[in-house]
Order: sequence, then C-alpha cells, then structure tokens
Amino acid sequence: MSAQNNGNGRETVRIGFYICHCGHNIGAMVDCPEVAKYIGSLPNVALSRDYKYMCSDPGQELIQKDIREHRLNRIVVASCSPLLHEHTFRTATEAGGLNPFFFHMVNIREHDSWVHTDRGEATAKAKELARAAIGRVAQHKSLEVKRVSINPAVLVVGAGIAGIHAAMTLANAGKKVFLVEREPTIGGHMAKFDKTFPTLDCAACILTPKMSAAGNHENIKLMTYSEVAKVDGYVGNFTVTIKHKPRFVDAEKCIGCQDCIPACVFKEPKFADEFNEGLGKRRPVYIPFPQATPQVVLIDPEVCLNFDKKTGQVKEKGGCKKTCVTACGDKDAIDFTQKETTEEIQVGTIVVATGFQAFNPQRTPQYGYGRYQNVYTALEIERLVNASGPTAGEVISRDGKKPQSIAIVHCVGSRDYKTNKWCSRVCCMYSMKLAHLLKEHTEAEVYSFYIDMRTPGKGYEEFYNKLLDEGVHFIRGRVGEVTDWAFTPEEEGKLVIRVEDTLAGVVRRIPVDMVVLATGLEPKSDAQEVRRLFNMSCGTEGFFLERHPKLAPVNTFTDGIYLAGCCQGPKDIPDSVAQAGAAAAEALALIDKGYIEQEPNTASIIEAECSGCKSCVPLCPYSAITYSEDKKKAAINEALCKGCGTCVGACPSGSIIQNLFEDAEIFSEISGLLLKV
Amino acid sequence: MKYSYFPGCSLKGTGKGYEESLLPVMRELGVELEEIDDWNCCGATAYMALDELKACTLASRNLALAQKAGHKEMLAPCSACYLVLNKSQHYMQDSPKVGRAVNKALKTIGLEGGTDIPVRHPLDVILNVIGLDAVKKRVHQPLKGLKVAPYYGCQIVRPYATFDDQYNPKSMDRLLEALGATVVEFPLKTRCCGGSLTGTLPEPGLLCSYILLKEAKKRGADVIATVCPLCQFNLEAYHDKIEAKFNDSARVPVVFFSQLMGLAFGLSAAETALARNLLAMKPMAAAA
Repeated sequence: MSAQNNGNGRETVRIGFYICHCGHNIGAMVDCPEVAKYIGSLPNVALSRDYKYMCSDPGQELIQKDIREHRLNRIVVASCSPLLHEHTFRTATEAGGLNPFFFHMVNIREHDSWVHTDRGEATAKAKELARAAIGRVAQHKSLEVKRVSINPAVLVVGAGIAGIHAAMTLANAGKKVFLVEREPTIGGHMAKFDKTFPTLDCAACILTPKMSAAGNHENIKLMTYSEVAKVDGYVGNFTVTIKHKPRFVDAEKCIGCQDCIPACVFKEPKFADEFNEGLGKRRPVYIPFPQATPQVVLIDPEVCLNFDKKTGQVKEKGGCKKTCVTACGDKDAIDFTQKETTEEIQVGTIVVATGFQAFNPQRTPQYGYGRYQNVYTALEIERLVNASGPTAGEVISRDGKKPQSIAIVHCVGSRDYKTNKWCSRVCCMYSMKLAHLLKEHTEAEVYSFYIDMRTPGKGYEEFYNKLLDEGVHFIRGRVGEVTDWAFTPEEEGKLVIRVEDTLAGVVRRIPVDMVVLATGLEPKSDAQEVRRLFNMSCGTEGFFLERHPKLAPVNTFTDGIYLAGCCQGPKDIPDSVAQAGAAAAEALALIDKGYIEQEPNTASIIEAECSGCKSCVPLCPYSAITYSEDKKKAAINEALCKGCGTCVGACPSGSIIQNLFEDAEIFSEISGLLLKV
Repeated sequence: MKYSYFPGCSLKGTGKGYEESLLPVMRELGVELEEIDDWNCCGATAYMALDELKACTLASRNLALAQKAGHKEMLAPCSACYLVLNKSQHYMQDSPKVGRAVNKALKTIGLEGGTDIPVRHPLDVILNVIGLDAVKKRVHQPLKGLKVAPYYGCQIVRPYATFDDQYNPKSMDRLLEALGATVVEFPLKTRCCGGSLTGTLPEPGLLCSYILLKEAKKRGADVIATVCPLCQFNLEAYHDKIEAKFNDSARVPVVFFSQLMGLAFGLSAAETALARNLLAMKPMAAAA
C-alpha cells in the first residue's frame, strides 16, 4: 500500500535546515554560515543553522529541541554520506516526535567538499544541493518501516576450518545448519598440512575431531561434493538451489570400508592424486584421504573405464569387470547410474567460507617450477613431509635422491608488482615451519631467502628465534632466479639460487638440491562467479569485500550474507577461526532478534491506473510482482519488494509509484538543482 | 607485403652483416622493405639513459617520417632501435606531457604523429605474419646437424614482451628448427651480453660475454644465433681478451639468425655475408 496521506497541503511546511562543518572536512572548503544564511532565505524554511558536528550527541539533541520549540515538521541535514549517518539523523528526528521519513540528508562532503579545490565553487554547489533538498523534503510523506522475519536456518558455504567452525558454533546454538562443500570431503586446505605453526601441532590431529563433530552433529546437514547453483530471495528469506554431483556411490549404503579400492581393475594406481598435490597416484575409485568426512568413496568418471570419455555418460556395454562392485558385496553401494541432483533449501542467513587457492608458480617462470623437477611448491612439501603422504614422510626429490641442501624462496606470487601485490601473511611462518620440518626429516642444509620476516602472531617471533638457533641459514634478499647453469664445478648438477644478499651487500650464487617456493594465497579462480551468486562485491585484488575493513570485517554489503576465512583475504588458522566465530555471531544476532527492519522505499501499483500490460512482471529481480487474470491488473508484494525502482521506470502508464521516490519528490529536487542561484 | 624499414646506425656499420643477410631473405619471403628516407640515429640506450624526453624526441622523428611514408607498419631489426622506437611510442601515448613536448618539436620541422605505426621485429613478422610454413618451403639446404644456441639478448623481451614470452622466448628456436637446425637448450638466452660495458667497464662486461660463450660451448653449440648487432659484436669481437682474462677458450662463432636463414635458403655468399664474421662457422656438410 502506498504511504498514507500526511496532511500535505493542509498544514504549513516548516523545515529545519542544518549544515554541518564536520570539523574541517566540510568547513575548510564550504562556507557553511553563508550556505545557512542563503537557505534561511528560502520559502518553507523556518530555521537554518550551521553547526560543527551534527552527528554528535549535542547535534542530535539540537534537532530534537528545535522540532519542539520551533514546531518544525521537516528536517534537512547537509553533511556527510547518508551511508554513514542517515540512520543517526532519522533516529534523532523520530526522537523529536516526527516520522523519521520527514528527514532528508544531503551529501556535501563526499559529493562536494572532498572533490573540490575552489571554495567559491564548492560553496555554490552546496547551496544548489541544499536547495534541491529543501524542495524535495516538502513533498515527503510519513512512512512506516517494515519488518522482515528471519528464517533461523543457516547456510554455510565451504567446509574448511572456517566453515566448519562457523557451522559448529551455529549448530551448538541450536540452529539448523546446511554445510555445503564442493570437494568430496570437508577439511579444506588445513587437511593437507603436516604441522601447524607455531606450536607444531599436527594439523590432522586438531582438525579431524572438528570434522568428525561437524559430520555427526544433529543440527548440521552435511552436503559434500555439492555446490550452490542459485541464490534467490533476500535477508531472512533466501531460497538456495544446491547441486549434488554424482559420486556413483550411494552415501547411505557405503560404510567406508574401502574394500573396493584395492579391488579395482587398475592393479597399480595410475592417476594424479589431487590431495597429494599430484605427487602420489590414485585409482578411479578412491577416497581423498583416510579420515575423509563423510567416509564415502567416490568414482572419477574421467578415468574410470565404465564411462565414455567423450560424452561422460556411463557405458551401456563394455567397460571393465567391475571388480569394485564384487568387492562391495551385499552392501551394494556402487551405483554407476547415479545422476546429478538438485535440491532447494530455505535459510535466513548465509556464511561464505570458500577459502583460497595457492598461487601457481608457473606465472613466475624465473623460479623454474615445472621446468626443473626439483622445484616444489609449499603445499607439495607439506605432503612430502607428511607421514600419511605419498612417501610416508621421507623427503626424496623427484629424481629419487635425498637432498643435501634445500632452498626456501619467500614471496612467490606475493609482494610482486608483476603478479600479486599483497603480502599473503602466512608464508613467512609456514616457510619457517617447513624449514624446521625439513631439518628434522633430512640432514640437509636449509637456506631461507626472505624480504622481511613477518611474524605478527602470538608465539610467532619466538618461533623465529627458535629457528635461528636450529642453524637454518637466513639470507635477506629476494631470489632473482633459480637456474641450472653451473659456473663452477661445485654447481654442476645442482639448482643455483641467484640472489642479492642485501645485508652482506653481495650477489650470491648458492647451489642446492631442492627448491621450495613459498607460494602466496590468492582468490579462487571462480571468485567472480561465486560473488555474483551471492550478490557480493570483490575488492581490487579479487577477495570478497567486507563492509568495512576495520569495523565490519565479516559483513558484506548484502544484509544476511557474511564472510569468514581466506575468501575475504589471506590469513592464518587462528584468524580464520576467529572470523568464523564472528560471522556466526552476526548471523545469530539476526536470528535471535527474529526480524530485520527494512527501508520502506517499496513500490506499489495504483490499481485504477494499471492497464494490465504486464511489462513489469518479468522485470522484477525479486519476483515480487504478480498478475491477476481475474482483475487483469498487476500487484506488488510489499514483503518481497526491495525498492530497486526497475518497474517504476518501466511502467508505460506511470501507474507504479515508489515510496521516497515519488514523482513530486524527484521533480522538486530537480527544480531546486536547476534554479540559478 | 611492404614495410617501412629502419636500419639504424649499426646495420650500416659494425652490424652490416645483419642488413646484408636480412634483406635478401625477406625478399625471398615476399616482404619488401623500403628504407625510411633521411632517417636519423634513434639514440639507442645511451641517450635514453641521459635524457628520456630528448631521446623520445630524437626517436620520434623516425616514427613521424615512417608514418608519412604511408606503409602500415615498420620493421626495426636492431634490438636497441626496436626498443627505443617502441618506448618512445609508449611514452608519447602514456604521458600527455611527453606527447605534447614531442609533438611541439616535430611541428617545428613540419612533421607530426608517429604513434599510429606499429614498430615490429623481424622475428615477429617471420613467425606471425609470414608463418613458418612459408619459411620451410624455401629451405633448400636444411642445416642438418648444425647445433645452434638461440640467443635473444635483453632488449626484445625487456621491458616489453610483445610477441614472445619474456623469460623463455621461443620464436627464434622455432625458426631455427624450421631451418632444419638442432636447437640447443640454452637457459641464458635472454641474459645480458654486457652491452656497452665491454667498452666502458671491461671487467664486468667481458664476464657477461664469457658466461654466455662458456655455457653455449658446454651445451654443445656449434654456433650462437643472435638478433642484436651489439650482442653479436660483444660475443665475437673480444674472444681473445676473454681467453686471456679467464684462461678458457671462448671461440664460438656468432652469427645473425638471418645469415642462417640465407644458408638454409641456399643464397649466395654475398647474400649470407658470412665473410663479415670474425670467427668462421664450421663448413656445412654438402647438400645431399
């Protein structure tokens, strides 16, 4: 329903105008007293003041006092961006006894003083903007905020350590959680690490209990090997479509005995093992790692003989002897006919915890990754030193030898103007951890090449000191090149690190057997597609954008959608867990309040004027418009309308109006702007 | 196919062999090169290091002349000329201050423009415009058994890598393979030869050249193929000084890639200009 009659035309409009100096932010460039004087001379303006800080308590109290003492019925404040203080001043207006929507705000800071260098021009513009607002606010009507209820169920996207922690926190608070993970198991990157810094806790030992708890929690519905396909709706009322990829194994029937794996017709595993970063091999039927949650195997249709390589369809005839099915026996869990399914769920809030991807060092060819076989990424080394890795923890390079000297190169794909400019925050720490583990597992000399040693966390600097005592050689200099050309006999057959040792002031050549590249963290390659799904923004580097870098690190600009973990920016495990808890708390705050107040800037159709052309119906992004065949009229569901204005502009007969943006309001604003001062 | 042709000072002087061998092979491939009338020195690395604005202005005269001549693109075989001309175009386009100053200077001599004509390298044109199939058709005496180390030098890949990979370029490698030669794995293919240092600071300069020669020899190269007249000069002309200083043989013949093309095409001795070289290549096995 449109706004009620506010008595416009029956009562005299008495506007209170306030121009804020905002300290020097506005006052230095705009002559505020002059603007106040000018506005005070306009019709309908009962009161015109300039003030140092309108958003302060005295400023807000001034508005309330003036409303009472001067019988004001409209308020205009010319100051900063409405994004900052529109709510503040609306509240003050309401406290003064007026409907909060009789308030209008003019931005003369971001739109005026901050973008001008000439005081005369800035002041003239402030006058024009303020005059426009004076014209507009006279047309404002009283409106009521609408309340939207919040569905208590939560969707958590991504089940790495951040997603798992957020899900557990919410589930323990009694909320129903849908935990969606695109890989066949939860655990994320942390499941691949060997030990974690600085305590050298075994990653799997501290992670698997949480994985198990998440898998067994009565309030968590785990959906692995699944992806979010579509998100409809808005805060409190999201309808999410989840796509479940086929494992070709019935998760209800599979007990995780893994008898099918050794029974596979591939006697030797032949295919690159993703979990082991390609260092190990697996069969077409596999489980990512022994403690995978859920404990269900899966079949890779790209390499299993029972699938047509070209179409991806299961073969009607031919294929192999299906010894896996035989081994499974009467559990009968293998199902080659399984298809992709979709499912719709209803949730009120969403936590996005989709994580990061490691930088691909083929983008920095000077380090020789992919060219020289003994150049590794940090994640590959994590698997190499891991007791459950492809070599059972033995550090043997790809040429079969035990390295006698190892170089660790910091800042690969970080702090790099050519690739990624940011610091990835965790690499100094994990490089030192790897240095320690490599010294533990081998007799090798370990050389660490760094630009700075970044050790900001608890116990981190102490860990660095420990490494210094262990005899790791730290050389301050960004590695220029890893090359195999030998200049002296000692360098033959080795990889030579060419680096400027900036503390000693010499250029060094250091021959080593193995090179470890400390690859940085970057947004996942499909970050842009994912952010569009959830109507989020990304920052310039491509990580999902938080609402405010200091004060709202887990909120997004979309109500009801929160961020946690490395998808928001590189960070270590303690910070990821902290953010996950924060995101869960934000979601809980909304859920426990039970409702959210929405701007009443909704649209409505004047039924008498609707011609029934149906142009508006398909335009609504929120599917808020329906058409009645009986009445031959369209109608807008106020509960679903988000006030985007698309239908308002499109209606050929002009029979859709929008609260806060009615024609009279907009045209009076335009008139105010165009009038010559 | 016609291109405006900017030889630069070297190709008329110490790098004469480059021009003498390049023009015939380009003609064979159907490319006509029209030398820019009244071209001037591009300033090379020396002037750019002293005064960028003046260096751009100097180089831009050639760009304006080429644009006036009316061909769609121009060819600059010398690496330094190639880079300076490209750099000048970039600076004129990216910096309004430079653009204005240069255009003002050009106006005083009745010229204008110069940013609309792409400056291309012969390797770029051979690989990407003419194509290796056309090259292979003209190979009458494949360089069978000849082990070549492809040496690109620095200026055609740094700072701009327009037609090939910056760290591991392959255009010359592929060209040499098309000529029937065996390309030797040469990781130093874009490492500095010492440039002008061989004249100004011989100690580091000669070392740079020695490193390249030593590695080429180690990898089994019979000859090094270059694209730059200064690289060719540095690697070839100081072998006696290098041998004396490092007590190690550095006798590897260094030729321009166009000379190898001429050999493979079966062109005459004058057209391959091998007599210009100080170190003779080993004789090729007689054609079967």
